[in-house]
Amino acid sequence: MATLILRDLVKSFGSTRVLHGINLSVADGEFIVLVGPSGCGKSTTLRMIAGLDEVTSGTIEIAGRTVNHLEPKDRDIAMVFQNYAIYPHMTVRQNIGFGLYTARLPRAERARRIEEVAAILGMTEYLERKPAALSGGQRQRVAIGRAMVRNPAVFLFDEPLSNLDAQLRTQMRLEIKKLHARLGNTIVFVTHDQVEAMTMADRIVIMKDGRIRQVGTPAEVYHAPADSFVAQFIGAPSMNLLPGRAGGGRVRLDLGAEIALGRAAEGAVLLGIRPEDLRPAPAEGAPLRGTVTVAEPLGPGTLLHVDLGGGVEVIATGPGRAAPRPGEALGLAPDPGALHLFDAASGRALR
Amino acid sequence: MTALPDLAPRAGAEALLRQTGPARPRLGLGPALRWLLLFAGGVVMVAPLAFMLSTSFKYPFEVYSLSLIPEEPTLDNYRAVLGDRRFGWWFYNSLLVATLTTISNVFWDSLVGYTLAKFRFRFRQVVFVAILSTLMIPTEMLVIPWYLMSQQLGWLNTHWGIMFPGLMTAFGVFLMRQFFLTVPDDFLEAARIDGLNEFQIWWRIAMPLVRPALAALAIFVFLGNWTAFIWPLIVTNSQRMYTLPVGLTTFSVEQSVQWELIMTGAAISVLPTLIVFLLFQRFIIRGVVMAGLKG
Repeated sequence: MATLILRDLVKSFGSTRVLHGINLSVADGEFIVLVGPSGCGKSTTLRMIAGLDEVTSGTIEIAGRTVNHLEPKDRDIAMVFQNYAIYPHMTVRQNIGFGLYTARLPRAERARRIEEVAAILGMTEYLERKPAALSGGQRQRVAIGRAMVRNPAVFLFDEPLSNLDAQLRTQMRLEIKKLHARLGNTIVFVTHDQVEAMTMADRIVIMKDGRIRQVGTPAEVYHAPADSFVAQFIGAPSMNLLPGRAGGGRVRLDLGAEIALGRAAEGAVLLGIRPEDLRPAPAEGAPLRGTVTVAEPLGPGTLLHVDLGGGVEVIATGPGRAAPRPGEALGLAPDPGALHLFDAASGRALR
Repeated sequence: MTALPDLAPRAGAEALLRQTGPARPRLGLGPALRWLLLFAGGVVMVAPLAFMLSTSFKYPFEVYSLSLIPEEPTLDNYRAVLGDRRFGWWFYNSLLVATLTTISNVFWDSLVGYTLAKFRFRFRQVVFVAILSTLMIPTEMLVIPWYLMSQQLGWLNTHWGIMFPGLMTAFGVFLMRQFFLTVPDDFLEAARIDGLNEFQIWWRIAMPLVRPALAALAIFVFLGNWTAFIWPLIVTNSQRMYTLPVGLTTFSVEQSVQWELIMTGAAISVLPTLIVFLLFQRFIIRGVVMAGLKG
């Protein structure tokens, strides 16, 4: 059982506290993605799990064992770094085999495991090459291979895809996901890219300013964000947030418009509408009206940036064909079943 | 990207060494002037060496003539020098001292440089500045304390006595520290996770990554010690312990200066430095290119 439990994990650099008590429980074989803007503490958390940064207070448990004071090599983890960190002076074979450095395996067993890992990653024909003669994606595979060969309880990935170009990133994303399905190891994956988080994770941990804002499946964090930060961070383009006052089952927006809520809420709120839930409607009777400033055709749909007046701009989704053009006046209607409501002061979701 | 420090420099070195194609650009005034200057510089550098070589083939009567080609070339000088038992001692002493000092510097300078570059500890900056500040004290000032120390400890007229001041150098520590700063921490952390201890990380991961700097350091230290004069002259007092540069001067202290023998000894003593340079130059060229790329 390779579970990973973080309890009240705190990290300070000098007098600056960068992590304020992280609590997280990762199940055996789970693919967890830590995501957040830079400086949110996700990489620090990962490095503490790896044993590269010291824990200020709190505990880290891997497979039922507190590892706070263990060396990285004794924690039964392996890590893949952002810039791969494969050793340039060694061949692919030596690089992958280096993960077994302290394993004291017989030579034949070592060779067998290297071959096996290379075969899984499709790197068999490159075993005798040096990293300089490999492409970015191949280097990434070597880095993953070096981690895999040790068969660790927990895999740690520190933004491993951010150095790859867009196409390769999509491909490696898929490969890592397949690899996880095949090996079933517990994975903690750090990224700042919410698309990576959504597509790969069993559960997503969204962090900001050294605190966890929400933990949930991709569907949960997307459809039921815990606060306005998560709502805007997850999903591209971001959720529209419009300030207003709730009361009597309706929200009266500061813009002047009124939108029916279908549930009770009181006080100052932020009304959240995802762009795909905000669609053009006949101008008469539409709750929101504005002028298209930019239209971004995406094929299946068109992203419409609409100026509602008073300096408020929202993003709506129009049809892929015959979409409104810039300068056109437009009515907009939100999907009444997909409205999000947040407390204006705290940002917390109101349900 | 930092992950491939290996790739770009090598490509650069290849570009540097590549022959230009058969289509040569015509020589304009600017390039001509540049060539002329470089040529003049080359002459200034090579002339003393040429005279050294030429003099080593001359009889004494011809030593003070400026002709480069000896009228009566002779190998007598080489026979005399190589036949002199003392020359063998000096050559051995120089080779031993320079080699051991080089090994010691490559090891210790990089160990200290690595520690200063990659570990955080109290007073790190103070230690670094203290080491650097020793660079400002000239050898001439240090030889007296060194001598007194050697006298107290019985190191006078020993190989150890010749070597000990140079076993580590502040310059070497500084050079290696600067190079280790350019090694990304990810490599070291990956190695830490792979289970290496700190010493192994330095030896097996960091050292191979700074090979060009090591080669440069090795050449500097070897040449410096091979040609060192003042300290070996002071610390040794028997011809048996002289190093080459010190020994060669004995040809000039007797009644007259035997230039042809000094030049012959010097010509022979250039050989090992050429060998060291040839051994390490491919690393040096890469090192210079790399330094250029990193700005």
